[in-house]
Amino acid sequence: MIWAAIALVAAGCYAVKLLGLSVPAAVLERPMVRRLAALVPIATLAGLIALQTFGEGRTLVVDARAAGLAAAAAALLLRAPFLVVVAAAVLVTAAVRALTG
Amino acid sequence: MTASSTQTGPPPPKPRAAVVRDALGVGITVGLSGFVFGVTSSGAGLSVAQTCALSLLVFTGASQFALVGAIGAGGAPFAAAAGALFLGARNAFYGLRLSQLLALPAAVRPLAAQWVIDETSAVALAQPDRAAARLGFTVTGVSLYLGWNITTLLGALGASALGDPSAWGLDAAGPAVFLALLVSMVRGGDSRGSWRRIRERPEPVTAFVAAVLALASLPFLPAGVPILVAALAAPAVLVVNRRRRDLS
Repeated sequence: MIWAAIALVAAGCYAVKLLGLSVPAAVLERPMVRRLAALVPIATLAGLIALQTFGEGRTLVVDARAAGLAAAAAALLLRAPFLVVVAAAVLVTAAVRALTG
Repeated sequence: MTASSTQTGPPPPKPRAAVVRDALGVGITVGLSGFVFGVTSSGAGLSVAQTCALSLLVFTGASQFALVGAIGAGGAPFAAAAGALFLGARNAFYGLRLSQLLALPAAVRPLAAQWVIDETSAVALAQPDRAAARLGFTVTGVSLYLGWNITTLLGALGASALGDPSAWGLDAAGPAVFLALLVSMVRGGDSRGSWRRIRERPEPVTAFVAAVLALASLPFLPAGVPILVAALAAPAVLVVNRRRRDLS
């Protein structure tokens, strides 16, 4: 089942990449399509951030991950490079978890 | 493509060395974060082969993190795949802009397509002319593809030595990657100027509504489905915005 999901995502993601390079601009350049394409990844990313930070199975919790995400947000406000942002989240989460047991 | 009205005069030509340096900087730093993906994917229960297959074949980080995150949270693989595909759809629009900029021969397109992602597009679109854009796209693509896949393998192999990834805080890496990507997307819209007035910008409200929808539906829906509910924030915000514009 996991292999099937991997195959589906691989084929689908490759197809959209090639589609963008290959189709005439007019097909995708409609204002509504363009706006939706800009907003769907934003909605999906925001949803994933919320779920992976506060979700624990099917319950909502506030734990060390929230502190890690706050650290990442602070690093982004300071315009830190990508790896520093991720490292800040990982280190703060590990530290809070170690301190709170 | 018409020149943006915010641009002042033609940009100065950019030396090849500067293009290569910018491209390598992006390619290597982001390429290194494949290590985090390898560890995260292993922690979610995927095998080394499955983890490496994702980096080799999917090669678009957000979709990969979304898929393994959803599988790790117990989601059905196909619901997880749908979330990953939603994220991958944006690459079509990068491809659209790149095809005009790079003017690739038809024979090269299937090969180049695999490299059409956030980072290569950002580097290529920032270049002043076609030659620099092609160079930037290629160098970023090669360095990122190599780095991302090698570090994915190392991360997947190293994960067993690390033990429980959450003890190292690595379960916070996925959300941090997504947040960095989200912020760069919102900033990107800002610099183009078309969404200048905050009140008319749909991105922040979309992100907020999506997060609320995801969390509100988590206790009630099967794993993997809340992210699809969150994606509905995008058409919802567009419809509400249009109605409000029609009324005013």
